[in-house]
Amino acid sequence: MTTANHRWRGFKNGLMQSVTLTCAILVIAPLVLVFSHLIASGIGAVNWDFFTKLPKPVGETGGGMANAIVGTVVLLGIASLVGVPVGVLGGVYLSEYSFSRLNGWIRFAADVLNGVPSIIWGMVVYELVVLPRKGFSAWAGGIVLGMMMIPLIMRTTEEVLQLVPNGYREAALALGIAQWRTIIQIVVRTALKGIVTGVLLSLARVAGETAPLLFTALGNSNWNRNLSDPIAALPLQIFSYAISPYDDWHRQAWAGALVLLLLITLINVGVRVLTRDRFQQSAR
Amino acid sequence: MSLAMTTGEETNPPAGRPEPRSVPVRAAAPKARDAAAAPRTAVPALAIRQLSVCFGANQVLKEVSLEIEARAVTAIIGPSGCGKSTFLRALNRMHELVPEARMTGEIRLFGEDIYASRVEPVIVRRRVGMVFQKSNPFPTMSIADNVTVGLRLNGLRARATLLDRMEQSLRMAALWDEVKDRLHAPAISLSGGQQQRLCIARALAVQPEVLLMDEPASALDPLATAKIEDLILELKQDFTIVIVTHNMQQAARISDFTAFLYLGELIEFDQTRKIFTSPSKQQTEDYVTGRFG
Repeated sequence: MTTANHRWRGFKNGLMQSVTLTCAILVIAPLVLVFSHLIASGIGAVNWDFFTKLPKPVGETGGGMANAIVGTVVLLGIASLVGVPVGVLGGVYLSEYSFSRLNGWIRFAADVLNGVPSIIWGMVVYELVVLPRKGFSAWAGGIVLGMMMIPLIMRTTEEVLQLVPNGYREAALALGIAQWRTIIQIVVRTALKGIVTGVLLSLARVAGETAPLLFTALGNSNWNRNLSDPIAALPLQIFSYAISPYDDWHRQAWAGALVLLLLITLINVGVRVLTRDRFQQSAR
Repeated sequence: MSLAMTTGEETNPPAGRPEPRSVPVRAAAPKARDAAAAPRTAVPALAIRQLSVCFGANQVLKEVSLEIEARAVTAIIGPSGCGKSTFLRALNRMHELVPEARMTGEIRLFGEDIYASRVEPVIVRRRVGMVFQKSNPFPTMSIADNVTVGLRLNGLRARATLLDRMEQSLRMAALWDEVKDRLHAPAISLSGGQQQRLCIARALAVQPEVLLMDEPASALDPLATAKIEDLILELKQDFTIVIVTHNMQQAARISDFTAFLYLGELIEFDQTRKIFTSPSKQQTEDYVTGRFG
């Protein structure tokens, strides 16, 4: 082994390391870019009024997005009502009950659904809910987001339930505990943090959806007083303000984007806290 | 609630009478039956006839027949893969958790066919408890909750009864003195040997008639193993114990009867003393003296 050979190896090693490091930095770069840009453009319009006031008509300055913030929370609430029970129970079925060939098909369907573009979800719910009820509504918006959550929650639930050691199931069944009780009180309880993590991740994922809401919740420049009426949502408000020709609305759109991103970041921080806790517990 | 419970089984159900479905768990401890009065030839705790179990095309047990005496320790020995665990699991229908498992033959628990169509596996498992090789206390629960979980999830709510039963079970499992000051600590904070005794306490709390143990000490150090063995000798006063073990000395020390399984067949079943001193089959002698297996 000559010195030149060593040097060539050292060079290759250094090259490889710098290429991978560059790529790793490129992963973080967009996040830093987006955050810094949003803060620079949006922080000026984020004030007390932004969180408490309704949008002002064109021409008047000021006003806020209180209705859109509340609207997003309401939509996520309805979405959870739809998505969490179906998703979690579907995941429980996949993991705990069925050993049939049906399972493979359900899994495959869930994976396909995960990849379905969100605008198609919007069209489906437009056909299923908006047209029959002859109107855009908060319900329709919540339902479309909930439907998008189902396959995500189902797969993560199944995965975390599979991580629960079989010994716990056997121990419970050997005590003469019925299977449904074993599943709820032993298996799901053991994996609860993982399930909640999956639910939060799916919420973070759908919180920023815009396209399906255009077909369903529509948006509203006022407070929503009836869930059968259209409702405002942050992504919708950002969209309609951003494509408007008014400078004041552009500022508001930046602020809305910043708030939405902070909301999603907050959910992800919650996920981190939960998962860190789980590792600590298993390390004990 | 507790009143309703105590109207249930006070002692082990007599032969042939099915346990009423309305009684989820027995509220009172089984009274120690009069050992002197009961002749040794009474109804066996478990009578196994022509038991065969297949997993798919793989036949794991071949027409095994034996009778397990009440309030005695019966050891099942044999080399790995000989069907010991499957045999044990068939005794409380745990093998049914494997979907492709098929069983033929007959198993009677104090005279009652546990595979009769009207018998629910859940009820069988309340009467035939099980302790596993790997200790598996529920990680989300405290020590106290682990002991009472079988009662609580079977519908027993009376707090006083639960507390009584918890202390009684922990005492029977020789764990009470070590944990009485930290009953609400997480169960997984206990040492390996303590966890296994906690699992035994958990199984005892539902007052089973038979306790199946699948290599309960094989993952423990010698001291913890000795404690488990002492415990088994204590428990046989009140319970019928069937234990699978790889440890020949352990079988010799604690069991009254020993069954030697090889390749799914019962080679020999006799009093432990006889199996280890003058077995009637050459294969048994070769195995217990360590010449194969």
